[in-house]
Amino acid sequence: MLRGLSKLTWLELKIFLREPLGAIGTIVIPVLIFIIVGRMIGPKSASAAVAANSFIGVGLPVLASILIAISAVLSLVTIISIYREGGILKRLRATPLRPQTILTAHVLVKLLLTAATLVLMVLAGKRYYPIGIHPPLFSFTIALLISTCSILSIGFLIASIVPTARFAQPVGALIMYPMLGFCGLFTPIAAFPPAIHAVALMVPLTYAVSLLGGIWLREPWSTHLGDVAALALVFAICTALSSKVFRWE
Amino acid sequence: MRPVIQVSGVRKTYGSTVAVDEVSFDVHDGEIFGLIGPNGAGKTTTMECIEGLRKPDRGEISVLGLHPFRDVYKLQERIGVQLQQAQLQKRIKVWEAVDLWASLYRKKAVDANHLLEQLGLAEKRNAWFMTLSGGQKQRLFIALALINDPEVVFLDELTTGLDPQSRRAIWELVRGIRARGKTVFLTTHLMEEAERLCDRVAIIEHGRVIDIDAPQNLVNRHCPERSVVLATDDANAVERFRAIPRVEAVACNGSHFTIRGRGDDLVTEVIHCLSENRIRVTDFRTILPNLEDVFLKLTGHSIRD
Repeated sequence: MLRGLSKLTWLELKIFLREPLGAIGTIVIPVLIFIIVGRMIGPKSASAAVAANSFIGVGLPVLASILIAISAVLSLVTIISIYREGGILKRLRATPLRPQTILTAHVLVKLLLTAATLVLMVLAGKRYYPIGIHPPLFSFTIALLISTCSILSIGFLIASIVPTARFAQPVGALIMYPMLGFCGLFTPIAAFPPAIHAVALMVPLTYAVSLLGGIWLREPWSTHLGDVAALALVFAICTALSSKVFRWE
Repeated sequence: MRPVIQVSGVRKTYGSTVAVDEVSFDVHDGEIFGLIGPNGAGKTTTMECIEGLRKPDRGEISVLGLHPFRDVYKLQERIGVQLQQAQLQKRIKVWEAVDLWASLYRKKAVDANHLLEQLGLAEKRNAWFMTLSGGQKQRLFIALALINDPEVVFLDELTTGLDPQSRRAIWELVRGIRARGKTVFLTTHLMEEAERLCDRVAIIEHGRVIDIDAPQNLVNRHCPERSVVLATDDANAVERFRAIPRVEAVACNGSHFTIRGRGDDLVTEVIHCLSENRIRVTDFRTILPNLEDVFLKLTGHSIRD
């Protein structure tokens, strides 16, 4: 079914790292910013107000995760649309390769890069955020994987239909960034007025934020089964739809 | 024997534009079949319908006994395709592309190194796609089209944009494909390419097939005119030339004469006349019609317009 997946994934990873800004843009810069921000506010706020502390302690890792996932979505959407515009997808179509294989390969590449970025951040965090946070790394990784797959599946869907590379980035950003405002990362969704609260419940990121934040604070998985189910549902719908509407050219 | 490709009554529209209409032809085992016509005539659309990349609105297509759209993955296993204006990832290396393609097919791939060698790409195996010249890219696409040892090879505007030298080299490669017993289906708007390469051609214009045959048969059928151009100072030349059987017109421009007539015997008759009357000539050449003239005759305009 997914013949050629491992080779294509490995190849796409190599090709990505050959891009002039490939590795630097996706891995080095986020980690550097993380370290710089950490040096500036990390140690001071350790003893500062509780609100700031809780943002550093919970909000920041969750925000970082979500932002990385969103940038992975934008990059996925852009690459696929460049491939579509350049006729690369069309050439791949004239083989026994299936669209799912192509998308999966790119998602795997994004997951690997995301993982690499996060591992570096965690290592940097240990050094620059001496607040005594000991998050459950294994559970958080699982939660992150679930969230990222779900968020990336939205990217799948956008990538399947965006016609040109020029549109890809803005369309992706237009869909993804507004979600940030509703997802409860900056304001708890319980504090929203009812109408906006309803919107927040429709936004897939809300469940990712809830899951990631909860797991980071060592809440049991059983309290987040709803989040996992919602994210799985988003993933199922988006992947099914994207293979239906996938445009080769 | 059943034709390798059977196309009958195919129609394809894009919105209100009819790209291809009532197109029918057969392609036989082991031949090089060319679909020729100007840009926008419907060549690529027809080819992509046969490859299973587009779904015709009407009509029947069978390739190797398969339905191109329903059995598209089965079909892809058995055919090799080179697309017009295709690209690969900019920074994919030549050997990586060939290696990836080899992994996509169930069937055991042909020896990639040997293939690259044959196509003159052995030295470029570590080069990025974006650094290849037009001819090298085209040869790489041929390599990808041949990697699964296909039974039918599709080549769309194979040599467009290449210099004459690369073009000739690629023609030689295509003849090599036929020599290995494969069937080749190609499109081109270059009449010279069709004449030199194709066993049979279908002339397509405005989405319709006008005629199908071997290039020479098409020329004989539609353009029986022959011309001989010669230079002589003989004072009685005009009368003598007019007396040659089958000659229809003799034009004279100083010492240069153009003798027009019909049929393959015209040239022999002219030579016979020259020798019989001991006419001394300082120049002699024949102008034979070609596919270009056939196209002009059939459509009323040149293929380049």
